[in-house]
Amino acid sequence: MSLNLQSAVPSGPIDQKWTKHKMESRLINPTNKRKYSVIVVGSGLAGGAAAATLSELGYGVKCFCYQDSPRRAHSIAAQGGINAAKNYQNDGDSVSRLFYDTIKGGDFRSREANVHRLAEVSVGIIDQCVSQGVPFAREYGGLLDNRSFGGTQVKRTFYARGQTGQQLLLGCYQALSKEISNGGVQMFSRTEMLDLVVVDGHAKGIIVRNMVTGEVSAHAADAVVLATGGYGNVFYLSTNAKGCNVMAAFRAHKRGAAFANPCYTQIHPTCIPVSGDYQSKLTLMSESLRNDGRIWVPTRSELAEKIRSGEISAGDISEEDRDYYLERKYPSFGNLSPRDIASRSAKEVCDEGRGIAPTGLGVFLDFRDAIDRDGRDSISARYGNLFEMYEKIKGENPYSTPMQIFPAVHYTMGGLWVDYNLMSNLPGLHVAGEANFSDHGANRLGASALMQGLADGYFVLPSTIANYLAEQEPGSVTESHPEFSRCLEETNTRIGNLVSANGKRSVDSFHRELGLLIWDKCGMARSSEGLEYALKRIPEIREEFWENVRVPGSGAQLNQELEKAGRVADFLEFGEVLCHDALSREESCGGHFRLEHQFGEDDPEVIDGRTQAGEAKRNDEDFCHVSAWEHTGVGTKPKLTREPLVFENVKLSIRSYK
Amino acid sequence: MNFTLKVWRQNDGDSKGHIEEYPAENIPIEASFLEMLDIVNEKIIGDGGSPIHFDHDCREGICGMCSLTINGVPHGRENGTTTCQLHMRHFDDGDTIWIEPFRAGAFPVIRDLVVDRSAFDRIIAAGGYVSVRTGAAPDANAIPITKEDADHAFDSATCIGCGACVAACKNSSAMLFVSAKASHLNHLPQGAPEKDRRALNMVQAMDEAGFGNCSNHYECEAVCPKSISADNVAKLNRDYAAAAVRKALA
Repeated sequence: MSLNLQSAVPSGPIDQKWTKHKMESRLINPTNKRKYSVIVVGSGLAGGAAAATLSELGYGVKCFCYQDSPRRAHSIAAQGGINAAKNYQNDGDSVSRLFYDTIKGGDFRSREANVHRLAEVSVGIIDQCVSQGVPFAREYGGLLDNRSFGGTQVKRTFYARGQTGQQLLLGCYQALSKEISNGGVQMFSRTEMLDLVVVDGHAKGIIVRNMVTGEVSAHAADAVVLATGGYGNVFYLSTNAKGCNVMAAFRAHKRGAAFANPCYTQIHPTCIPVSGDYQSKLTLMSESLRNDGRIWVPTRSELAEKIRSGEISAGDISEEDRDYYLERKYPSFGNLSPRDIASRSAKEVCDEGRGIAPTGLGVFLDFRDAIDRDGRDSISARYGNLFEMYEKIKGENPYSTPMQIFPAVHYTMGGLWVDYNLMSNLPGLHVAGEANFSDHGANRLGASALMQGLADGYFVLPSTIANYLAEQEPGSVTESHPEFSRCLEETNTRIGNLVSANGKRSVDSFHRELGLLIWDKCGMARSSEGLEYALKRIPEIREEFWENVRVPGSGAQLNQELEKAGRVADFLEFGEVLCHDALSREESCGGHFRLEHQFGEDDPEVIDGRTQAGEAKRNDEDFCHVSAWEHTGVGTKPKLTREPLVFENVKLSIRSYK
Repeated sequence: MNFTLKVWRQNDGDSKGHIEEYPAENIPIEASFLEMLDIVNEKIIGDGGSPIHFDHDCREGICGMCSLTINGVPHGRENGTTTCQLHMRHFDDGDTIWIEPFRAGAFPVIRDLVVDRSAFDRIIAAGGYVSVRTGAAPDANAIPITKEDADHAFDSATCIGCGACVAACKNSSAMLFVSAKASHLNHLPQGAPEKDRRALNMVQAMDEAGFGNCSNHYECEAVCPKSISADNVAKLNRDYAAAAVRKALA
């Protein structure tokens, strides 16, 4: 039997679907809402906003996060900004244009109706955040300022210096705190979800571990919301926080939830390059820097070699010896080309031997011209904190020496499959924010993650969840149901197996090995040969992990090695799903680039100038669909079900940024 | 590079802690402080020992999860830097480095260098918000705010809630943390209606959590990784006094 993947997209014209859907959605009267309980896992923009808003509506909410406070969720690290179709700049922006940019940016691999709703809802997010006291950047007239991000030709990005994610998350955390203080939300910090409990086919609760006391316990509710972020840490090195993991989503997957499009991973073009194998994470330099910074490498590899060896520096390279390759290849978007394209271009020039970092993997992001034009002070006002961060990590001053940057894993567009109501194929299980798959297609545009997280949390989920809840008898399943004790026992056994393996290798050593493999074979460029190799190696690493991992201490207290071990164990299974998806998608689109599928010199599209050789070649005939994977057992190939993508409002075309 | 670490080890909140010595050998000069600890922990695990527990998450200086008192200074001696952004190139080869938790009565030790800072959440829950429901907001440009006011609010709002201010203060006062949030919200039109309640309730929650009083030594400002100004403390004192008077006269 194949999965039931009904997208539940309402009928009617695209710009009326959401209004119509809200009108037709079930309502639960305020007195009855109190009888329903909802579990929200994750306290970032999507989870925090959902928990606060559901509580405002009257539902009883339990919210869980692994950090010591909900304020620390990784949404906090988003730098550049949040998109909204406010058209405060009068530069031709509109809901339709944000919708189109997002669909095109995602390389025509997202669901039209979801994206249109996102664009519609974006407008209200800014209003909401300002009313919470989020200190967005303002102009002297007292009104809000905007800047531009990749893949767009309008200024629709609202920002709070280089700390937009922090300010939005604090607004959200404060809204959540308000609901905690009035008793609507029960908050469980330093508590990690280890399993999903499914009763009669419905998600009815979770198993968690108190990370301080080690106590494992069960929580039942009428519905479960996962807002647990992405899986970028499967690569080990990424811009994610160290604790980010796929466990909650993957546990749900193992209990029956379909995982959609895992191969759509975003490699962000502007991160500080890797310098050694001691490194624990990579640091993003905001895309907003590309508003003023120019990306280049020397035209010749001999010059690059001299820079790498320290013989000469960037300043010694004359203007004619600099290749501003994004401006050359994509003149209309230039340095603000979308992330997937900018990343691949950086890889190309480095593969040609023109990289300038000591490892050969790095390009310049140069502010010389912007400083000459606008002055050092105004560049500092725009990017001061980012320049400081760069200097702290690299020990070089970007006002005088160009930054060195290279692409790094940043965001994952894939995630648990959801319908228009953000409900997975498991009734009762809802998924919001980066953890779901629905809005960004094969590539996410800059400043759209914050928009999606808050859209899902503040506006979409609180409205759509009632469609499920209204059909449930509140409190009908409790922790006394035998399924809860069965899941508790399984979780305890798993913890026991980890601490008793008593092998020789640390958890991190396995994680690094897996990450390097996935980066090599399923990173910026993928091939069937490489993916097949990865699919052979991952089970071997996993097998060694369970035999030879060393987790010191016990499960009965704070044990950070145990926490990591549980997460890495899941990455070791999830990595296979990722590679199976990448292998089965015989096309290149967005963040998924298959070496076998690129335009060549002889293709008609290249000859007639619509695109150029080496660009990603989509296959709309065979792959214009969502790939949803169903778990079939550890080490066995997951089962694929396709949800066709229907484009009624946008014409599929070659995604050109020339 | 090579270092000698003197690290606070404490099995849990109920047991007594002590300083233990560890060599940190062959540390790359580009490594961050936490990466240096990662390397030491790998060695400890390899030798069959129990790794040093410390809080960290984003490692980009923004989540506020990392702590550590390094050579007696919360987040170490580099100005405006969190522990996770501190790099070993700022130390000398052969240095002895003392690493202890953020110490304060209101921050009990959980294990080794990990402390419980949930008191900060309770203070925010007492009034560090604007009471606005989702969906009830007017257009974002309906109320103009001067750029200066917006910038000041932003400067206060950049607090990451790490608790270094408390750990640096001889009274373990949380006034810099509390006042940063209060002045962020109190001086914006959106936060003004709840200004008095906010000042009174947050200060009360701070006292109840066991933080000490501010005696104007400005150690908090000196160690703050986000350079939050102690002027916020003066602003909160003013808001508090005005609110207390208005309450008494009401």
